[in-house]
Amino acid sequence: MSDDLPRAHHDMGGVSKYACRPVDTEQHALTPFDREVDALRQLLGARKVMSVDELRRGIEAIPEETYHALTYYQRWMRSITDNLLRKGVLTEAELEQALAELG
Amino acid sequence: MTLAPGTEVHVKFDWPEARGPAHIRTPHYLRGKTGTVVRHLGDFANPEDLAFARPAVILPLYHVRFDARTLWPDAVTADEILVELYGSWLEPK
Repeated sequence: MSDDLPRAHHDMGGVSKYACRPVDTEQHALTPFDREVDALRQLLGARKVMSVDELRRGIEAIPEETYHALTYYQRWMRSITDNLLRKGVLTEAELEQALAELG
Repeated sequence: MTLAPGTEVHVKFDWPEARGPAHIRTPHYLRGKTGTVVRHLGDFANPEDLAFARPAVILPLYHVRFDARTLWPDAVTADEILVELYGSWLEPK
């Protein structure tokens, strides 16, 4: 695969740099955070606020450096937050206030 | 028109991600490659539109089989790669 094609950074299948690394096939335990994020996404889907396709698009829009610094469910949370802000379900002020109350 | 199993198909050599925000479920390594339809999996709303909450056309989804050696010239075994692809990305050869 030529390196000059405009591959998006999340589109990692078949990239040669991964060909020489063993695949981690261990099961990863879900944290309470992971479970909450999953539940939140399911509720937002059931209420027709955002679809799984919008979740995926939002994950893919995370800048590359941040994308690789976040865990799987942190990427979901980032996408959910971006989607809710963009749709006006949440405002920046409400988000900042809620985060401040958490300390 | 639904593609029949066994139909040779060409995956479009197209890069929508280079033209602006996009959500694409056709992996980069299949663009421009040739595979064989294995089965029609059903018809689904186009995720490229759903990802932006736009009205979405209904598209056929297929299992398409590729020979690993046609995707990666240095592949040492004749592995088969089976991928789910939407009809909008496929052109019969």
